[in-house]
Amino acid sequence: MTRGNGDGRARDAAEAVARRSYGKLVAFLAARTRDVAAAEDALSDAFAAALAEWPVKGAPSNPEAWLMTVARRRLIDGARHVRVHADATDDLRRMAESLDAAGDGGAIPDQRLALLFACAHPAIDNAIRAPLMLQAVLGLDARAIASAFLTSPDAMAKRLVRAKQKIREAGIPFRVPDREELPARIDTVLDAIYAAFAEGWTDPAGTDAARRDLAEEALFLARLAAELLPGEAESLGLLALVLYAESRRRARRDASGGFVPLDAQDPLAWDIALIEEAEALLRRACALGAIGRFQLEAALQSAHVARRRSGRADWPAVVELYDALFALTRSPVVAINRALAIAETRGVEAAIAALPDADADERLGRYQPYWAARADLLARSGARAEAHAAYELAIGLERDDAIRSFLQRRQASLAAPP
Amino acid sequence: MQYLFLLYANEGGWDQLTDTQKQQGMAAYTAYTQALRKEGVLVGSNRLQPIAAATTVRVADGKSQVLDGPYADTKEQLGGYYLVDVPDLDAALAWAARCPGAGHGTIEVRPVWPTQNA
Repeated sequence: MTRGNGDGRARDAAEAVARRSYGKLVAFLAARTRDVAAAEDALSDAFAAALAEWPVKGAPSNPEAWLMTVARRRLIDGARHVRVHADATDDLRRMAESLDAAGDGGAIPDQRLALLFACAHPAIDNAIRAPLMLQAVLGLDARAIASAFLTSPDAMAKRLVRAKQKIREAGIPFRVPDREELPARIDTVLDAIYAAFAEGWTDPAGTDAARRDLAEEALFLARLAAELLPGEAESLGLLALVLYAESRRRARRDASGGFVPLDAQDPLAWDIALIEEAEALLRRACALGAIGRFQLEAALQSAHVARRRSGRADWPAVVELYDALFALTRSPVVAINRALAIAETRGVEAAIAALPDADADERLGRYQPYWAARADLLARSGARAEAHAAYELAIGLERDDAIRSFLQRRQASLAAPP
Repeated sequence: MQYLFLLYANEGGWDQLTDTQKQQGMAAYTAYTQALRKEGVLVGSNRLQPIAAATTVRVADGKSQVLDGPYADTKEQLGGYYLVDVPDLDAALAWAARCPGAGHGTIEVRPVWPTQNA
């Protein structure tokens, strides 16, 4: 009985420190060697040792330092094993010294920002940056990441291994870039965090646990980036954007799990605390006077949640923000949303005219939200047969059950085509 | 760490330059090489003769096969290299971006396999 409780407490202590300290420990252990895989292995040995030892001897007063001490010993032993030539001893000595300086009693320097910059380095394949961050900073295993990113665990594991090899072999540094490179490099970090969030967010029914967890992990990364880059308007903008989205998570489904689009959501189901946190972040970001994509997208969310107070979204502001966002990104996705907003200010005909042309961009032809938007606008303009056909395409392209049945209900609500 | 910059460019482009442009081009490379040397990062560098001067060799079943021409017939050809010694990839990329070759071609940046003496 006592043993069981001790086990539970040790496990809880280990899990708590894992959550809080994993990325910090990996970042510190890997910063000098650039060997993320070796740092992760050493750390996982340390966690295994903790689970064996803490239930017997009790959890240490400083679990983070305890884990660091064990992990660095493993890391240095491992390095000694592999690297026998003379120059490596210098490296080992320096590593031991810097680890000693940090490990005993003193706080472990937080090098997670350097780790984020390494994971999102332009020399790392764009598609693997988000998974790499989730693994190196949060300790998610390849299986969990693969399931959220709709890839096989094997393929994801291989790509993660390759990315870590690239960091080590190409000599990708663990440091915050110089001032002149910084803005572009921050963008790549924030883009990767947003990619992780967007991937987790595409499960509107909230039935896929891996995806839901992923959105939470991405929120953690967004908070981390905002905390580590407090003077960067876009890092605050990204966190605000993610919080606005999170605030509506519950409102996205009805009691039976069906999808509820933004304009049909009950504002009382939104999370006020998250909205207020987001609004405060957005004000802080704007005060820094460096507008960017994430701030504009967060401001859009803000204009939508204005409905909470006024009963109606601030549509003129929405259109204006989409104009600015489109000028910045030239993204067809933005153009679609802009057209939907125009329907609210200048009417449905103007909105249809503002839709991008699927013939000019073949990716749009395969993009479900394009056909859903087109169908919605056509239906409102009275062009039922065309709306029916556009819904048909949207339904065929959707991979999510809840959204598919939502689109099917919309399609069925049209009168039968002539 | 040592990195090799492989300079790829369309060989034909050089012949189309006026003499003044060629002189300017050469001067830009000279200045770049000097800058690398002054910072103490240059290990070696060379410009290569055009691919018309290239010959490939491979040995199969103990017999050597010699062929006229380059290994790969590509739109841009390997025209020279720099070998530099810098702390990390970011430093290497910053130097590669300054190379005149980055403006009229492509530079592949490859870390050199570490050796015992590196």
